Amino acid sequence: MSIKLEHINYIYSEGTAYEKAAIKDICLEIKEGEFIGIIGHTGSGKSTLIQHLNGILKATSGELYCNGKNIYEEGYPMKELRNYVGLVFQYPEHQLFEVDVMKDVCFGPKNQGISPEECEKRAREALELVGLKEKYYTRSPFDLSGGQKRRAAIAGVLAMHPQVLVLDEPTAGLDPKGRDDILEQISMLHKRTNMTVILVSHSMEDIAKYVDRIIVMNKGEVMYEGKPKEVFRHYKELEKIGLAAPQVTYVMKELKEKGIPVSDDATTVEEAVEEILRGMKGAVK
Amino acid sequence: MEMIRTENLVYEYEKHDDEGNVVGMQRAIDDVGLHIKPGQFIAILGHNGSGKSTLAKHMNAILVPTGGTMWVDGKDTKKEENLWDVRQSAGMVFQNPDNQIIATVVEEDVGFGPENLGVPTEEIWERVEESLKSVGMLEYRHRSPNKLSGGQKQRVAIAGVVAMHPKCIVLDEPTAMLDPNGRKDVLRTVHRLHEQEHVTVILITHYMEEVVDADHVIVMDHGKIVMQGTPREIFSKVETLKEYRLDVPQVTMLAHELKKRGLPIKDGILRREELVEELCRLN
Amino acid sequence: MIRDITIGQYYPANSIIHRLDPRVKIVCTLIYMISLFVINNVCGYALALLFLVFVIKASGVPFKFIVKGLKPIVVLLLITVLFNLFLTGTGTILFQAGFLKITDQGLRTAVFMAVRLVFLIMGASIMTFTTTPNALTDGIEKLLHPLNKIKVPVHEVAMMMSIALRFIPILLEETDKIMKAQIARGADFESGNIIQRAKSMIPILVPLFVSAFRRANDLALAMEARCYRGGEGRTKMKPLLYKNRDYMAYAGMILYTIAVVIVGRVLSFHVWIF
Repeated sequence: MSIKLEHINYIYSEGTAYEKAAIKDICLEIKEGEFIGIIGHTGSGKSTLIQHLNGILKATSGELYCNGKNIYEEGYPMKELRNYVGLVFQYPEHQLFEVDVMKDVCFGPKNQGISPEECEKRAREALELVGLKEKYYTRSPFDLSGGQKRRAAIAGVLAMHPQVLVLDEPTAGLDPKGRDDILEQISMLHKRTNMTVILVSHSMEDIAKYVDRIIVMNKGEVMYEGKPKEVFRHYKELEKIGLAAPQVTYVMKELKEKGIPVSDDATTVEEAVEEILRGMKGAVK
Repeated sequence: MEMIRTENLVYEYEKHDDEGNVVGMQRAIDDVGLHIKPGQFIAILGHNGSGKSTLAKHMNAILVPTGGTMWVDGKDTKKEENLWDVRQSAGMVFQNPDNQIIATVVEEDVGFGPENLGVPTEEIWERVEESLKSVGMLEYRHRSPNKLSGGQKQRVAIAGVVAMHPKCIVLDEPTAMLDPNGRKDVLRTVHRLHEQEHVTVILITHYMEEVVDADHVIVMDHGKIVMQGTPREIFSKVETLKEYRLDVPQVTMLAHELKKRGLPIKDGILRREELVEELCRLN
Repeated sequence: MIRDITIGQYYPANSIIHRLDPRVKIVCTLIYMISLFVINNVCGYALALLFLVFVIKASGVPFKFIVKGLKPIVVLLLITVLFNLFLTGTGTILFQAGFLKITDQGLRTAVFMAVRLVFLIMGASIMTFTTTPNALTDGIEKLLHPLNKIKVPVHEVAMMMSIALRFIPILLEETDKIMKAQIARGADFESGNIIQRAKSMIPILVPLFVSAFRRANDLALAMEARCYRGGEGRTKMKPLLYKNRDYMAYAGMILYTIAVVIVGRVLSFHVWIF
């Protein structure tokens, strides 16, 4: 079970004055159960890229394989692909429309042709997975707070039982606590369901803590790809394109330059603490 | 005279149940006393729903207090006759860059405020030019705002306020919807305005990194001011900040954790260089 | 798909047409439109075409762009042509197959209607391509200013129009986003009968309206914060003042009108049935 992209190109408004290549020659493989972070700033092509994963955008050229099957081949069941890859757009709460939260979450499974009872069962599971309390199920989605709306919207996609969950900047506009809560919830979800999760963000610090693999996008191309540690080694290049590595990475590099015996691999506060304490044993009181 | 002063400021609104009946009063601002001097750079921190945006809207007389008083540049915001003076002295920049740009051409949008103030045509052009220059957007003056990035739009919005020649600029989460590049852009612009034009700046945000350079930081929770002080004083209380659903820059966090584990690091580290220096000193 | 609509868009350039006073462009476009319906012979249309080509050339807007503006009216155009072609009963029959018959008058009206519509849209799009929406509303406001005396809120209407123009592209983009998001949730906008399809629009319309109201609310606050209090006491950054070129344009328009009238009287011969 995997998704494979081969030489995917996408050109906006082809053949007009506004023609623009949004993504160029993307080759990627996404394996089952992975937790992937896609980083890039606005206009780097990251949103365009993920819209290819469930077939909402069709590549101008290149091939996309889902479980070995070419989705651009004639007769490929697009609907199945959409059930397989769940896509949560940026500000998903802006898509809420039903009279209550429960109905809204049921919208996806209902479209899949699932029986009402099963829909509700799935909706309950999904709402529980995103940590929304039962008392909210009968409320209007418009009466929820910002963080709760976002949860309800994510549940709406989870209820469709996707194998791959793609989230486009799930923390945009939330306050720090709201951001940490959502990211924790997603991380827990990944562990519990073993779903493949793809997290799109422009914050290195958010992503470093959770994901197994980072894909850095710049100007429509994959610039770096690998484990957080590997990617952050290029912190100087990342800075040039406006994507600084987490602050701790810089601290570790500078400490190392100053001759303190630490490894400069740490990408999270926890790792950095251990590393510094190890390197500076003498100074601890 | 103080730029902004409040005494026992209270703002209450009616709370409704599902059927729309009034079930009581909700206090969005609870007994707030503020003293902001001209030329200061003030940051107001708080999580969503802490009352910081409600407070900001008072500074522009979009909301008027239901209790207590607020004076902007010496004028009581409650008094009808002061309304336009207050709005001119305290310009406001909002969160969503798309929803505050009125015109379809950048320069026309910047001219909107002065037009409303009845500034003569020639002077509008001068003001538009100098404001666009001060936010570094002069070369975009003929563009459509729709074709700009979020950060650029926000700078246009700032120019629109600057063109009204305010004494004070209130920015209500101006970076919440921007990416890191846009955020840096906007902050740089705000700092430059503060240093070069000597306007009073009130920056409302929930990003801690943005308040490091402020003169004074105010933390709000449940409509009250719960902490006040220099950034260093505020950031030395990591645990308290967490209680208020806030978070500290990663470097401050790292320093705090190291201290907890026995490294004698000083409190309130704000910058990377400081931490590195401090650790080298200890080694 | 929605992005393909070019009609009503502004094409930034610095041509003589772009620099004309918006009032000139509005008035001239109206006169041109009227002339299209007055003309009823081939020479008149040749003149109208000549005038159109001249203006398009002078505006510097690529021809391709203007033609694209016709796309949304293709269906309307076809319907008009077919109606006129088959449903005009009078005249000599040119062609008949069963109950379908084409008369010479029918053919004539059909062709003229098509030409009128095409010229009309092209003429109007030249105006919108060369005039910023704000200038356009300014022009309308100034032209309609006398109506203020009979309590027509001209300024407010003009302000509403210019805001609408600013937000149309934003809301279109938003519609696109919402549609994609609902498609990702398995929504189907294409199949089913009319009622089912109408129902399937709800997941798009509700979020769209909610967002439009939120934006309207935000915008009202932002405008008030910038001291907006209606048209009273406002000055203009770009006040409308006629310049020499504007008088020249009016003169040109008068010449065109005279030419249309003369051609109608003097050169009113027909080529075949046209």
